[in-house]
Amino acid sequence: MFIRMIGKAFFRQWKKMTMIALTIALGASLATAMLSVMIDVEDKINQELKVYGANIKVVPKDTSVIDELYDVGDENISGAYLKEDELGKIKTIFWAFNIVDYAPFINTDAKLSDGTKVDVTGTWFNHHMDLPTGEELDAGIASLRSWWDITEGEWLDEQGNEDPYRAMAGAGIAEREGISAGDIISVEGAGGSVMLTVVGIFDAGGEEDDIIYVPVDVAQEIGGLEGRIDSIEVSALTTPDNDLARKAAQDPSSLSVAQYETWYCTAYVSSICYQIEEVITDSVASAVRQVADSEGQILKKTKLLMILITILSMIGAALGICNLVTASVMERSQEIGLMKAIGAHNGAITGLILAEIMCTAVAGGVTGFFAGLGFAQIIGHSVFASSITMRPMVIPLVAVLVVLVTLIGSIPAIRLLLGLKPTEVLHGK
Amino acid sequence: MSLLELKNVSKIYGDLHALDHVNIKVEKGEWLAIMGPSGSGKSTMMNIIGALDKATEGEILLDGEDIAKKSAAALTDIRRDKIGLIFQQFHLVSYLTAVENVMLAQYYHSLPDEKEALEALDRVGLAGRAKHYPSQLSGGEQQRVCVARALINYPEIILADEPTGNLDEANEEIVVEMFNKLHNEGTTLVVVTHNPEVAEVAQRTIVLRNGRVDHETVNENFTGKIKHITLM
Repeated sequence: MFIRMIGKAFFRQWKKMTMIALTIALGASLATAMLSVMIDVEDKINQELKVYGANIKVVPKDTSVIDELYDVGDENISGAYLKEDELGKIKTIFWAFNIVDYAPFINTDAKLSDGTKVDVTGTWFNHHMDLPTGEELDAGIASLRSWWDITEGEWLDEQGNEDPYRAMAGAGIAEREGISAGDIISVEGAGGSVMLTVVGIFDAGGEEDDIIYVPVDVAQEIGGLEGRIDSIEVSALTTPDNDLARKAAQDPSSLSVAQYETWYCTAYVSSICYQIEEVITDSVASAVRQVADSEGQILKKTKLLMILITILSMIGAALGICNLVTASVMERSQEIGLMKAIGAHNGAITGLILAEIMCTAVAGGVTGFFAGLGFAQIIGHSVFASSITMRPMVIPLVAVLVVLVTLIGSIPAIRLLLGLKPTEVLHGK
Repeated sequence: MSLLELKNVSKIYGDLHALDHVNIKVEKGEWLAIMGPSGSGKSTMMNIIGALDKATEGEILLDGEDIAKKSAAALTDIRRDKIGLIFQQFHLVSYLTAVENVMLAQYYHSLPDEKEALEALDRVGLAGRAKHYPSQLSGGEQQRVCVARALINYPEIILADEPTGNLDEANEEIVVEMFNKLHNEGTTLVVVTHNPEVAEVAQRTIVLRNGRVDHETVNENFTGKIKHITLM
């Protein structure tokens, strides 16, 4: 009888029920889209922010100590180096999947054929690596310095040409020395002299404009520094810091075992730094705070915005449901009064009305959920130029929200229902 | 012991005494009519006897139990178990068929039983209209469905509020005839009406005026049959 009554009530009030379902569908679709994007946005925003460069820098322990004491910046006056053959290990740490790019740097002093002193930096441009895990990786400054403006020539392609003796010159030194793309320059350092073909001139808008960039091997040959690396810049997807991460960044040994496990198994920048230090001998990895903090702030604000949109959409849905369900109960006041008159308790009638609304909510919620997945993809493609991955946890979240909003939206109608007196609705008193 | 007894029952709305120290007794199996002009307190009395409303003061003994001070939930149980209600406006659920309307009372009482509901409709001569919706039934037929719904849970008392108020003469006769049948089966009937023809067929008539019992008449020639008065 209960099901029969619900079914017939649906049929009789199909217009109102359709409106309720549409209201819920609208709220659920927005909630689904926002939650899907919000949960997936961390990766998306992190990836977007990677254009601002690396967020972790790895240097030899001694260099770090001297830099802390004397603030010497990138200059390696300690004479300590990292080992080039350990670079692949960075992609073997626990959070290897979050390491999206990295590049080593080796600086050396040299002079051009006319005796002008120049800074030569060896690095990866688009270096191909076969990792110990069996994976392959293309890494280098082509993506880590994506903001460089190539004013002449092109990016140095390490994979497309067998000749390693090529270089990219900064706009500053190129202008001073009259270097153009395609020129062959002679560079002489402590390790010997090499002839380099300049394949491109770049404008970085900073100190880098006075540097000649060459592949790592070439710089090592010029400086006589075979197998040595000054620093490594790492771009990693990270989770915004919290109190635990900040405490761990100060001193991981101060953490309890449980805190340590939580911290180690979360992609905090300090946790990733710690794991890099574990695999690179005598190294200190530290966060490039400006970038890491910006990422955290943008992520936090974006998430807050999405939470607010979700809350507002659900409040809107609740208000819509409130009006529609109240109108439905008022319309059915005689029927409800009759039920009370023939012996139905408030609980039974409330159950019946809520069951009708909940069935409608389920229909609206399911429709809204799938529509929301579509909206999420539209947002993903229009904002992040990639699809949004649907996380299973969105389903229970949306279900709970739909149920809560439906119940909250039904409260005024239920209060009205409870206050209905059979004598008033049946006799019009 | 009377099935229903009102002792000094009053219902007061501000300064208005809708019922003013009313004393009434209804015996088991009796057919009582309550008459009176508009505003005399008929419907108020009906609501109080039917456990739909509470009296301001006085005792209402239904089957020996004072229901005057019962909670709203307890009054709901009393309505469900002991009282069958018939309304002037029928108050059938529009989206349920005749038999489903009868089953609705069963559902809130115990368990719906379609076979029993069909038998109840058969008793009021509507077995053939069981699957019809209220909108497909005449006023008289709707009132008979209402009677079947009131009877389905075997109540101790049937309360009918202006049961023929919306019916033509032919249907009025059918409904009164049904009441007569119920009376003959031992059902206790309290019928509120402003129609003297309907009141006359009852065993006893109480006339209310200004919330008080004005007078009471006993039908010495009780037949249970309606006698229409032809106006010249």
